[in-house]
Amino acid sequence: MILSRLLQSLAVLLVMSFVVYGLMGLMPGDPIDLMIAADPHLTPEDAERLKALYGLDRPWTERYLRWLAQVAQGEFGYSRLYAKPVWEAMLPALGNTALLMAAALAVALAVALPLGILASLRPGSVFDHAVNLLAFASVSLPTFWVGLMLIVLFAVQLGWLPAGGMETVAAGGGGLGDRLAHLALPVATLALAGIGQYVRQMRAAMIGEAHHDYVRTARAKGCGPARVVLNHQLRNALLPVTTIVALEIGGLFSGALITETVFAWPGMGRLIYESVMGNDFNLALTGLLLATAMTLLGSILADLAYRWLDPRVSLK
Amino acid sequence: MTNALRLLCLAAAVTLGLAAPARAAKDELVIGLTQFPSTFHPSIDSMLAKTYILSMARRPVTAYDPSWTLVCMLCETLPTFENGLAKREKTADGKQGVALTYTLKAGTKWADGRPVTTADVLFTWEVGRHPRSGLSNSELYRRILKVEARDARTFTLHLDRLTFDYNAVNDLHILPAHVEKPRFEAGDAAEYRNRTAFDQDTTNPGLYNGPYRITQVVQGSHVVLEPNAHWAGDKPAFKRIVVKTVENTAALEANLLAGGVDLIAGELGLPLEQAIAFENRADPRFTVTYKPSLVYEHLDVNHSSPILADKRVRQALMHGIDREALSRQLFAGRQQVADANVPPLDWVHTDDLAKYRFDPATAARLLDEAGWKLAGGVRRDAKGQPLTIELATTAGNRSRELVAQVLQAQWRAIGVDVRLKSEPPRIFFGETVTKRKFPHLAMFAWYSAPESVPRSTLHSTMIPAESNGWAGQNYGGYARPGMDKLIDAIEVETDRARRKALWAELQKLYADDLPALPLYFRADAFILPKPLKGVTPTGHQDPSTLWVEGWRWE
Repeated sequence: MILSRLLQSLAVLLVMSFVVYGLMGLMPGDPIDLMIAADPHLTPEDAERLKALYGLDRPWTERYLRWLAQVAQGEFGYSRLYAKPVWEAMLPALGNTALLMAAALAVALAVALPLGILASLRPGSVFDHAVNLLAFASVSLPTFWVGLMLIVLFAVQLGWLPAGGMETVAAGGGGLGDRLAHLALPVATLALAGIGQYVRQMRAAMIGEAHHDYVRTARAKGCGPARVVLNHQLRNALLPVTTIVALEIGGLFSGALITETVFAWPGMGRLIYESVMGNDFNLALTGLLLATAMTLLGSILADLAYRWLDPRVSLK
Repeated sequence: MTNALRLLCLAAAVTLGLAAPARAAKDELVIGLTQFPSTFHPSIDSMLAKTYILSMARRPVTAYDPSWTLVCMLCETLPTFENGLAKREKTADGKQGVALTYTLKAGTKWADGRPVTTADVLFTWEVGRHPRSGLSNSELYRRILKVEARDARTFTLHLDRLTFDYNAVNDLHILPAHVEKPRFEAGDAAEYRNRTAFDQDTTNPGLYNGPYRITQVVQGSHVVLEPNAHWAGDKPAFKRIVVKTVENTAALEANLLAGGVDLIAGELGLPLEQAIAFENRADPRFTVTYKPSLVYEHLDVNHSSPILADKRVRQALMHGIDREALSRQLFAGRQQVADANVPPLDWVHTDDLAKYRFDPATAARLLDEAGWKLAGGVRRDAKGQPLTIELATTAGNRSRELVAQVLQAQWRAIGVDVRLKSEPPRIFFGETVTKRKFPHLAMFAWYSAPESVPRSTLHSTMIPAESNGWAGQNYGGYARPGMDKLIDAIEVETDRARRKALWAELQKLYADDLPALPLYFRADAFILPKPLKGVTPTGHQDPSTLWVEGWRWE
């Protein structure tokens, strides 16, 4: 079964690579057009020479097939923007993004799941309303605004935390505490953005499960409230939440462009954006396909998790 | 619960205590920029962030100084006909050429201790003229017919034509042969871009001949520079300079206020309106300096449009806008209104030309004369067609979007219906402008060197078309024999007085005929900490960092 899902995923990746390459190929202008606009000294001969040099004078379908043949041999090529092998250009950003996004996801889940469970125990209570308000605020507030407000409060006004970057570059920076401090605000921004949807999912799933017969049966058998909630209700309520979390795995590798930009975090979001804008096909495609592959992998892992959470689920 | 809270507070205190951002010691300077360079090779791709950083670590042979005068950076003396270092000569095909002799400054060394020699110059020319080396601007190298090495420090360039700026070789960025030659010769020249040490081994000291050298690069984040021990010029004051990239300008300002950066570069920092707002808050730690620049904001006119082909309509549009008020209201008067395409700081600028003051009555008269009569708030021609023009500009550029709205309102008042169109820069510059797809007006800026001849933007041979691969920057399709003649004449006129007269004629023609509608010359805003001395904004393409060894913290 797993093998079949993996083969399906490969087919999806192939289609995605074609679509992404095609969309990038259809974008107006190419890097040389932009170079001509920026540099008055560039002559028609220069433009022609550079287009031929970078293969930009060939149809995008021809370039795509050449790229595909190279990738099939494990050769992802060079980044045109950074003049480095694609993986060499991408790995540092990948590590930075994975760290940021994983930390944000962990914080969001650590806050959202307990809040969702507690809110579901007394729907309509003051606490429930407060949690709902937080959830709505979380999904409604723009990330860039939250990020900037956190910077103004904690970096500019209070001076407790750095305003951006991954570490203090000046001498004396770069220790563990320094890195954690640089992580704090972007993680808080992303976690705040994620908490809302997890809280709402968790709360809704828990309330949905509370009306099922097995919960009444457990109570009738004399199980305490905590045991009913944690051992019976929660296990089933986690199924929809697991789906959402699994789909977030792709995000761990594709980054969060706005948050990375606001906090000067050199991650995958900025790298992919710049590579798309700069027509760096090799880099953009590898980044986007990696994110797609991870999302597909997350989907498979979610299915496996279903099975673990509910043995009645089959992967057929 | 209480214990848990205490633990939480303790953890936070420990983290914050450990993390308190260390204020940079003052032998260390952190500069904030909004862009990170994609390559560090001086001649591959043109990018302001790269020029800004490399100017601290490498020196061109010549450059324009902050007073917009051409000076030697790596050479001893600028060759001129007067000092005998420049000589007229005929090329093999009988054309007027020139031979220029430069001597590299004594003691100029790469940061690994090897001297900069004429062997490096010869190698640079070899790379530059190679058709597959991937250098973005090979114009200079094509113009150099031959390089003669006279000794280890003296070389003569033989150029294929004599122009007034014959001795400006600002694009000659000498490459270190001892580092780059083995890489260049290691395979296909087309792959040199992927082998160059500038990107594969960026911290190699042998790449740098300026007061600093790059010692650390964290892609997308920051670049660290430290003094070049073999630099023969004035000793730089800072032991470390960190150039940190913060793309979001609001976050960059917050970084400045929080101490994460010491200064914001004017060349690639805050937009003017944000700097003005910053100045209005009067933070006593900083000085905001405005430098009028060569950046010329204007409206490119599509001369193929039947509406705008009529000079009276173009002149009416100029009279219909209050540019003084626009500059005053939106930019606190910091952006000087432009009458033509040459900025006031340029020595060839003239004030003796047609000026378009805000005069709706004259605008109305000109439109009437052109056959556009007012009817129901909008002007119409004899066939009843409304006077509707489209104004395209870049989306996301707040200044331009505001200006476009003001222009729309002011032109509406004289009966011109204006449709605004904003496009992402990628599309605007990659397609709409470069392929001449804007129907009437396109608002953007030109960035040029001092005394930059507008051949690429105004000469009739420079109109982009499919047949020439869309090369050339005369996007409006402006073609006037008089303008072509002036451009051709200025380029080869070496006598300063005669050239100045030709420039005056060109500006008069520009102001009268309006190939484009001038708006204003942009100003760069430098936000500098008060103790930092010696930073001199230039206002042109050679950044202030070319004189970084003069920066001091007092």
